[in-house]
Amino acid sequence: MASRPLSPHLGVYKFMYTMSLSILHRITGCVATVGFLAFVWWLMALASGREQYATAMRLLSGPVGKLLLVGFTFSFVYHFCNGIRHLLWDTGRGLERAQARRSGAIVVVASVLLTALVLWFACSAMGMESIV
Amino acid sequence: MSLRTPLGKVLGRGAAGEGVGHWWVQRLTAVALIPLTVSFAISLLGHSLQSYEEMRAWLSQPWPALIAILLILTLAWHSKLGVQVVIEDYVHDKGAKTLLLISSIFVHVAAAAVGVFAILVLAL
Repeated sequence: MASRPLSPHLGVYKFMYTMSLSILHRITGCVATVGFLAFVWWLMALASGREQYATAMRLLSGPVGKLLLVGFTFSFVYHFCNGIRHLLWDTGRGLERAQARRSGAIVVVASVLLTALVLWFACSAMGMESIV
Repeated sequence: MSLRTPLGKVLGRGAAGEGVGHWWVQRLTAVALIPLTVSFAISLLGHSLQSYEEMRAWLSQPWPALIAILLILTLAWHSKLGVQVVIEDYVHDKGAKTLLLISSIFVHVAAAAVGVFAILVLAL
């Protein structure tokens, strides 16, 4: 590595919960990428024929599939909500500390509610009683 | 002491040559993904996913198929840019970094191709 000073010096900052929201944006982005690959696999199964699609839907309705669906859904939704927060910051708005903390809290609450809503619709669309 | 790298001084092109290209396209695709994901999700969840016939019929219509293609391409692009930044920030070994960056591009291009191909099979 270069001997010149490197930034950011994460160790010198006091921990704030907005930091975990920031790293969660990257983590959910990576999980959403895996979700995108799963989505494309599901589309290919649908294009491949009746049997392949039935297999894909059986896997998605199984315990592992349900767990993945919950993880992918939350990741997409959180990344979506926090992404809008980032876009607002890009316009120069909401950058004060108090505002950033408040928008962070809004993002967390909105993500949980929206995830539950999407999963509720997904359950009925997939003909499942519940996701658990 | 200067904070600029020797190569940066020689090239004299400012930050990275490409300027804000990466940053800007990440924002553009992010904005595009807002209506695309919402409209696709609402359209998708209004159908019975267990019914093979219903899903085929849905994606053989022009608008759902078009939105799906735009969604796949934009998602792949946005995801490629994001994964690239994560690799660049956290993988410090030069060989591993290069290998991962190349693999990520291959995976994203392949995923986009598979997705669009599937939609074309369903729609045409």
